Amino acid sequence: MPPMHELGITQEIVAIAAEAAGDARVKRIVVEVGRLTAVLPDALRFCFDICSEGTSAAGATLEIIEVAALARCLACGSEHELDQPFGVCSCGRTEFDWITGEELKVSIVEVHGCA
Amino acid sequence: MCVTCGCSVDRSTPEGPADRARAGARRGSDDRSRPMHDHDDGHGHSHGHSHDHSHDHSHDHDHDHGHDHSHSHDHDHGHDHSHSHDHDHDHSHSHDHDHDHSHHHEHRHGDGHDHLPEPRRSDGQGGRARASREHVLQTAILAKNDRIAARTRGFLADCNALALNLMSSPGAGKTTLLERTIRDMQGARAILVIEGDQATACDADRIRKTGVDAIQINTGTGCHLDAAMVESALHTLQPGQDVLIFIENVGNLVCPALFDLGEHAKVVVASVTEGDDKPLKYPYMFRAGSLVLLNKVDLLPHVPFDVARFVDNARLVNPHVEVLPVSAITGAGLDSWYAWIRTRDARG
Repeated sequence: MPPMHELGITQEIVAIAAEAAGDARVKRIVVEVGRLTAVLPDALRFCFDICSEGTSAAGATLEIIEVAALARCLACGSEHELDQPFGVCSCGRTEFDWITGEELKVSIVEVHGCA
Repeated sequence: MCVTCGCSVDRSTPEGPADRARAGARRGSDDRSRPMHDHDDGHGHSHGHSHDHSHDHSHDHDHDHGHDHSHSHDHDHGHDHSHSHDHDHDHSHSHDHDHDHSHHHEHRHGDGHDHLPEPRRSDGQGGRARASREHVLQTAILAKNDRIAARTRGFLADCNALALNLMSSPGAGKTTLLERTIRDMQGARAILVIEGDQATACDADRIRKTGVDAIQINTGTGCHLDAAMVESALHTLQPGQDVLIFIENVGNLVCPALFDLGEHAKVVVASVTEGDDKPLKYPYMFRAGSLVLLNKVDLLPHVPFDVARFVDNARLVNPHVEVLPVSAITGAGLDSWYAWIRTRDARG
């Protein structure tokens, strides 16, 4: 298995989902991943099957909502959506208030009902 | 406060200012009590209306609380349906489900209160055996790590210790810099070192030769130290009062940036044998650091490295970051590094 921080993060996702599910089986997990977190959605997907094997989250659908990095210039107040955690505003400044993009959370866990 | 429902107790790690700002930005000033439902397709509609359908079913969501919550539903399916909601507040969402369902939304919030809107079906079928339930959590994925880091920070405060997390790519000179730093500072105060590497105890052995106690953490397949590893190492080291603790992270410019170890500051070590564009190529790391040490400046005559461009790039990514050019071999610039440590001490 390749070393990557997404492995540990996926293990946490599985643990959070399993705890929320209790005795039920997990059907679907929705996670939000901001662009500023340096977490690669594809790597989470890659790790998910392995990490969920043998847990109540095995076979569940992993839905990943990527949250854009939205920055507000501290100098002029204009907002920019950026692909990376830095940039230069049209006013020339580089300091931003980051409005979105740092999300890294499990937002929904859907579980199967009783058969 | 839970930004999801407005309740005052949150079991999960509080979300950052960015989350709060976003929630605020999305919310109209007049609809604070209105749940928000986000959809993958980006549309949302507000309703307190009903639709004519080939089949109707209604949900009663008994929310007797004034709160916001957000959902995202993404179901493949063959039919649309309308909900008529009996609410004391309106909210917007659209659900597309392919299942004939009795849909049970369980919103689990930080303080453990559950909302269990009971499904009501006009066709008289129960359907409960096939029900699935949704737990709306909003739990920070790194909550566990961050809880441990907070505990470590409290422990370090009790010891009046200062902990610095050194991060760099492999070969930037962290261990050499630490050896030199320890030799130069050792008389002034007690020092402990936590060494992180995938394998071997080479670095801890090198550090111990300087006369201070060091513990080696081998992360195996892991590419970074996490808060639990550091807490465990501190438990073994049993630091006394006023100790200076250096945590040498695994050589890696990506993963360690993400993990709070409970340290007081992250120090990024770069070297002139790397490119001066490193901050732009690894912005997450340079963004996380409070200080950048630019090591190996004794080699500047031999390498095409532009220090001014490096500093500009570091500040583009991290506008207020301090950059100190140093050489762990010649000792150039190290006084500024030691002065920076003493400044952190004074703050702590």
